[in-house]
Amino acid sequence: MSAQSEAERQHPAFYALLVALVVMSVGPIVLMLITSLRLNVEIMSDTSSLLFVPTLRNYEAVLCDVLWYEPKGVDSCDPTFGRALGNSLFIATIATIITLVLGCMAAYAIVRFRFYGRDGLSLMTLLMRMVPPAVLLVPVFGIWTFQFCVGDQCAAGTHWGVILIYVAMNLPFVIWILQSFIVQVPIQLEEAARIDGAGPFRVFFLIVLPIIRPGLAAAAIFTFRIAWNEFLLANALTDRKTRTVPVTIVNSLTEYNIDWGVIMATGMLLAIPPIIFTFIASRQIITGMTAGAVKG
Amino acid sequence: MQAANSHRLTPYLFLAPAGLVLAVALLYPIGYMVYASFLDWNPSQKINEAAFVGLRNYANLLVDPAFRESLWVTIKFASVVVSLEMLLGVGLALLLDRKLRGMTLLRTLFILPMMIAPIVVGLMWRYMYHPTVGTFNRALKGLGLPPVEWLSDSNWALVSIIIADIWQWTPFIFILALAALQSLPKSAMEAARIDGATGWQQILHIKLPLMMPVLIVTCLLRLIDAFKVLEVVLVLTNGGPGLSTEILSLRIARTASEFRELGKAAAMSNYLLLFLMVLTLAMFFYSKATERRAARLRAEAEGAH
Repeated sequence: MSAQSEAERQHPAFYALLVALVVMSVGPIVLMLITSLRLNVEIMSDTSSLLFVPTLRNYEAVLCDVLWYEPKGVDSCDPTFGRALGNSLFIATIATIITLVLGCMAAYAIVRFRFYGRDGLSLMTLLMRMVPPAVLLVPVFGIWTFQFCVGDQCAAGTHWGVILIYVAMNLPFVIWILQSFIVQVPIQLEEAARIDGAGPFRVFFLIVLPIIRPGLAAAAIFTFRIAWNEFLLANALTDRKTRTVPVTIVNSLTEYNIDWGVIMATGMLLAIPPIIFTFIASRQIITGMTAGAVKG
Repeated sequence: MQAANSHRLTPYLFLAPAGLVLAVALLYPIGYMVYASFLDWNPSQKINEAAFVGLRNYANLLVDPAFRESLWVTIKFASVVVSLEMLLGVGLALLLDRKLRGMTLLRTLFILPMMIAPIVVGLMWRYMYHPTVGTFNRALKGLGLPPVEWLSDSNWALVSIIIADIWQWTPFIFILALAALQSLPKSAMEAARIDGATGWQQILHIKLPLMMPVLIVTCLLRLIDAFKVLEVVLVLTNGGPGLSTEILSLRIARTASEFRELGKAAAMSNYLLLFLMVLTLAMFFYSKATERRAARLRAEAEGAH
């Protein structure tokens, strides 16, 4: 009763501020959505009104070769984007899975077997976090094109080349997040399982993993987000066939004559997965974000 | 005997895959870059065909006006962005730290800008800054004011990317500051209230000092990230007009891909890395020191009882 009335007794200006904040933070995203539902002629016309007939034409133009039907009004089909979407999905998903598996195992070893301590780990995480992708650009380009080769096939230009660098970029942070969750798993549970005759791998997969599921969710979202959104390294490492969505977006940006409707539809498609994750798992995301700073 | 052996090996087995990936794909490239910064190297050569030039790349950079300009732009961008975001984020956290029913939804909406690809953030803002059909110039026209050349005027371009960055990253500070506020000891707040401290006094003398360790770490984290910004600027201005928004990351990327001077780009990367390393180590040792001080205070408090 008292808590509820306390929650409601706020100054009206306070609610005005809240509304303004929400409009400011979500406004640009809504604007992108609205723009993606309009035709370019209409966007570029001088007299624009808030009232318009939404159309999916831009999305049809972008997705023309993956749609199950033949879109009307799309004269020429450019298959670049459909393919890029497939590449992005494949790269981000595989990179996330590999990072999680390797990260879990490493975090578990560090916590349970008292490896060089949490201080060393947190320092390493921080140092890795500080490396800007731009700094990795030159060496990764050089190594992936000239050194990581099997026969004639080099890592540059393949999906696996990009996946490798994304896994490496995300591992320190994932290990850091997961170890903070594994520390909280009661050791008695594991000892009980070990007395019952379970080996270390069974203890890990059947006891530890199910308990740290929230941590896994946070780590998965962070890794997926970076692998899905990254542009610079993907731009250097992919070729025409393996390009990801951010690369195609930048390539289709020209100085003049941008088809805003189509490009906003592309941007919207790139933004949708992170938006969905945010709504499903905002609590885990916030835990993951604060774990680095608030807990030290 | 066999069992004990396998038990001793287990931690290494668990660590090996992650360690291997980190060594091959992160540590090796960084070492490679340090080596490459001593070479005169272009992308069509293999690295062992490139000529060794010692510290020439580093020395040339120090007197290169374009590099110095870009360093200055980066520092301006990072310091303005971080101070404004700290001010806004902490202010909002202090303001919104109360019992609100929609708080969870509010926080969810606030983290959206951070989750979206920087490329897409650039797109949205480029549209809003559009000289004729963009939101801002339409609004200015509606108010009867002259339009602003947001992205093509060299005075406005940096301001424009700063606004976009503030939009995207203020929520980060807000969320961390709010988490810090909500983990403050309740007893201190109550004591202050009983002593009759006003709202401002509580904020200045109790809340802010208690939040300080978290705020400093947040500030440094954000500062490090501000030096990594690239994609938003790439989409919005591509460094232009002139060099007015060419931040260091962008200059490195362009030196490598447009000017094809990999050695020089590597030397530039090393300067950036050294700078960030100093920041990171400062942050690490600061947070270690505060942790130790807190532990000592706690021990003394327990000893007094």
